[in-house]
Amino acid sequence: MSVIQASKVTMMFGGLRAVSNVDLHIDEGEIVALIGPNGAGKTTFFNLMTGIYRPTEGSVTFDGVELGGKKPHEVCKMGIARTFQNIRLFANMTTLENVMVGRHSRSTAGPLGAVLRTAAFKREEQHTVDEALIRLRFVGLAGKANELAMNLPYGDQRRLEIARALATEPKLILLDEPAAGMNPHESHELTRLIGQIRDSGVTVLLIEHDMKVVMDIADRIYVLDFGELIAQGKPAEIQRDPKVIEAYLGKGAEAMMAQAAGGTDG
Amino acid sequence: MFTFSYLLEQMINGITLGGLYALVALGYTLVYGILLIINFAHSELFMAGGYVGLAVLKLLSDPAIAKGPLAFLVPVQSFFNTAGIGFVCLIVLTFLISAILVGLLGMAIERFAYRPLRHAPRLAPLISAIGVSIFLQNAVLLWVDSKQLPYTRVDGSSFVPSSTAFTVGGVKVYTMQVFIIVTTLVLLLFLDTFVSKTRIGKAMRATSQDREAAGLMGININSVITLAFFIGPALGAVAGVFNGMYYGSVKFNMGFIPGIKSFTAAVIGGIGNLRGAMLGGFLLGIVESLASGFISNAYRDVIAFIVLILVLIFRPGGLLGEAVAEKV
Amino acid sequence: MTTTKTPKVTTKRAAMPRKTLLLWVALALALIIVPVVLQAATGLGFFVRILVVVGIWVLLALGLNIVVGYAGLLDLGYIAFYAMGAYAGVLLGQLVSGTVGGATYWLMLIPAALVGALTGLALGFPVLKLRGDYLAIVTLGFGEIVRICLNNDLFGLSNGATGLPRGVEVMVPPWPSQWLMDNVRFPTPIGEFVFTTNLFWYFAVLMLIIGAIVMIRRLDNSRLGRAWVAMRENEVAAAACGVNIRTQKLWAFALGAMSGGIAGVTFAYVQQFISPESFTFMESVFVVCIVVLGGMGSIPGVIVGALLIRGIPELIQGLIVAGVVQVSGDASSAITGYRFLVFGLLMVIMMAVRPQGIIPSKRRARELHPDDQRALNEEDMQLWDTTNRDISPDDV
Repeated sequence: MSVIQASKVTMMFGGLRAVSNVDLHIDEGEIVALIGPNGAGKTTFFNLMTGIYRPTEGSVTFDGVELGGKKPHEVCKMGIARTFQNIRLFANMTTLENVMVGRHSRSTAGPLGAVLRTAAFKREEQHTVDEALIRLRFVGLAGKANELAMNLPYGDQRRLEIARALATEPKLILLDEPAAGMNPHESHELTRLIGQIRDSGVTVLLIEHDMKVVMDIADRIYVLDFGELIAQGKPAEIQRDPKVIEAYLGKGAEAMMAQAAGGTDG
Repeated sequence: MFTFSYLLEQMINGITLGGLYALVALGYTLVYGILLIINFAHSELFMAGGYVGLAVLKLLSDPAIAKGPLAFLVPVQSFFNTAGIGFVCLIVLTFLISAILVGLLGMAIERFAYRPLRHAPRLAPLISAIGVSIFLQNAVLLWVDSKQLPYTRVDGSSFVPSSTAFTVGGVKVYTMQVFIIVTTLVLLLFLDTFVSKTRIGKAMRATSQDREAAGLMGININSVITLAFFIGPALGAVAGVFNGMYYGSVKFNMGFIPGIKSFTAAVIGGIGNLRGAMLGGFLLGIVESLASGFISNAYRDVIAFIVLILVLIFRPGGLLGEAVAEKV
Repeated sequence: MTTTKTPKVTTKRAAMPRKTLLLWVALALALIIVPVVLQAATGLGFFVRILVVVGIWVLLALGLNIVVGYAGLLDLGYIAFYAMGAYAGVLLGQLVSGTVGGATYWLMLIPAALVGALTGLALGFPVLKLRGDYLAIVTLGFGEIVRICLNNDLFGLSNGATGLPRGVEVMVPPWPSQWLMDNVRFPTPIGEFVFTTNLFWYFAVLMLIIGAIVMIRRLDNSRLGRAWVAMRENEVAAAACGVNIRTQKLWAFALGAMSGGIAGVTFAYVQQFISPESFTFMESVFVVCIVVLGGMGSIPGVIVGALLIRGIPELIQGLIVAGVVQVSGDASSAITGYRFLVFGLLMVIMMAVRPQGIIPSKRRARELHPDDQRALNEEDMQLWDTTNRDISPDDV
């Protein structure tokens, strides 16, 4: 059953078509990758799915509910979480606090409860801490709970963003270039983490330039170029698709694809 | 009470007022377009213009001043106090000196209060600007006068006859109003041509659209910013002198309310948009005059502020669209 | 409580070191003893009055600090809420008891707080979607609208520039100040101690301040407080985490306004007189100054800010009035002028040199010294613009 269903989605900025007539669906429990050259409209597509933009035409439904016109926090509450291409952590909060913010839409305490420190408030706070710690442990950051997010090394910051997104208890998580800037060892770890996320019952859509990560883990791949969907299918099919190879500009890309294909075995 | 000529008179009052707002609004919009900050101190530059203008007028044409150490001014004054050429020179010189001095003051403010904050979070320059505004107001209050100063010579005669009027079709029009409207239109036209035709004007527009890209294209961002901080205050100073001549007095806090209204005008037209600021100025002036003429004079400021709030809520991009919007 | 093995990660309420504890006890004692001694010492009673005035400003600044320091919204018309609290308290109090004093003050705290909060909500609801600098200007406009309406006697309620209360001849001191004055008095070596109305107000205001601080600290350390920090640091990410930005801002606005309302009614009953003159834009700037110079988001900073900015001028004024310092009339008005001059300059200098304020909140200090936030700021603004441009009217 489709978790997300995008049909004929178009996004215009002035005269520019950032996303053009895209159809896409993701089934429950899948890991789907969205790839394409820089400026292909991938992040714009994420923004369309998370309430930051509203599609100019077409519709995106999540669990059968139309997303157009929903605000980002409403989308989050519905069960879509995301990370950002340029890391957007709350730099001056601790690692734990960052993840606790992720619990916002799953908790209800208001100012009155906070001021009076009611039993319900205290219970909820404790629960929030517990849940946040579970997410930190999941991504392997429990030992750094009290460190400021800004002081974490780059790879940890990426993982913290994932933990924060997971804390919102999503059905679908959108990862925007999670492996960017990681060394091979780190991206290997990340690949494992993404697998674990799926195994925990969360559907994954990721944008990624690291072809090795994509080919290793994606069940299906969509390829965007200049806002248009030029190919879709299983990793093996995508690697052979001439349109995709062309989009990635000639031989260099072929070589890259080949290298990624080789890497699958190793 | 309602007659057609009364309506026309209010319209003319409104256009005059609107011209002043437009001149001041340009300063807000120029700076906002380039730096994305509200130059809160701009209203004080308008005020400073009024004071500098008064000082120049007094020095050049008030015989009561030319005494003691300033006695050397007597022959100068006798030239400027002759009708015709002397009078024209006096007026031109007054505007010119006020505009230049206040323009320099604007540049100095940018250098000391805003430039150090160029990479700071957005609230920092605004707070700094409020500081400058308070400082300038109180500097005038302490070092010049805390009371209202009449825009006249010591003997009470005005430099520019402000009560001469003529009647067109039953509508009373003051010469001063015609003077203000015509000068304002000429200045606006001049600025518009400057910005759209000259090299440096184009550089300004480029900078307001994308500062970084403009810098990469070889435009010297700092000189563009400095220029904006000269032109805006200079125009504000012209409005300040007009304001003094038209209303007959200056006071240390005279900039506050017109400043906010001019900012409103800039927002109405779409902040960052020069033509928008001009349009917004005239529009607000007319609305305010009609409101004070037909609704309530006591609430004229309230009406202007309500216009501000409504525009910001319902049309934050202004009527002509703001310059920053082009970025997206 | 049966907790899962949560290491020391949770909250930082470890056992207080002995030294800190002693410091707190000393502070508490000083807060009680110093004003009592001042009141007893002949000729120093006016200090207590100054403390009351400063205290009211601490209360005001604590309120604005929620808005500026925690939620990161610049409110230039904050004094309007103070005015609303003051006018509501006096009008309603007169309606209830016919006077401005007695036990009515205590009763009026509730409606003043409510009126403040509701005004905050009414203003906040439409304007909080505006970006920072526009918000500042709109609040400024709102503050002026309120003042002009009061000045013009809108609906015949505010009595115009003359002020309130209208037609009250006998002023009653607040309850139980009369009783305290009559019964708590005894000679001391430095003069006769009388529990004056000023001293009563000192303790009343002190209690309100302590209450406000407890409230704010608890809010800060809760779901709402975390949402405020998150929103201030990165609005886009906060929204993606499920934080409804509008709601959190509204809460900040309403809570800040509530505090302003309480400060307002207190001011009105301390003075037993109010007029629009006390609610000008300059007063708003004063509060902003206190928060900014003291340290945005920092409670001790705000208190020190109020002591410096409101306390020092009041002190000088008090010394002049009491005849301790002899100055001519001109000099006294010059002092009033110079303090604004100095504040203006201080604001500029502080922004350039120490934007985090005198006693900064640790978090805020780091936020105000970014390596280069500009790029992200501008990216945010664009995202923000695109997101908000086509908001449908039913969202408003």
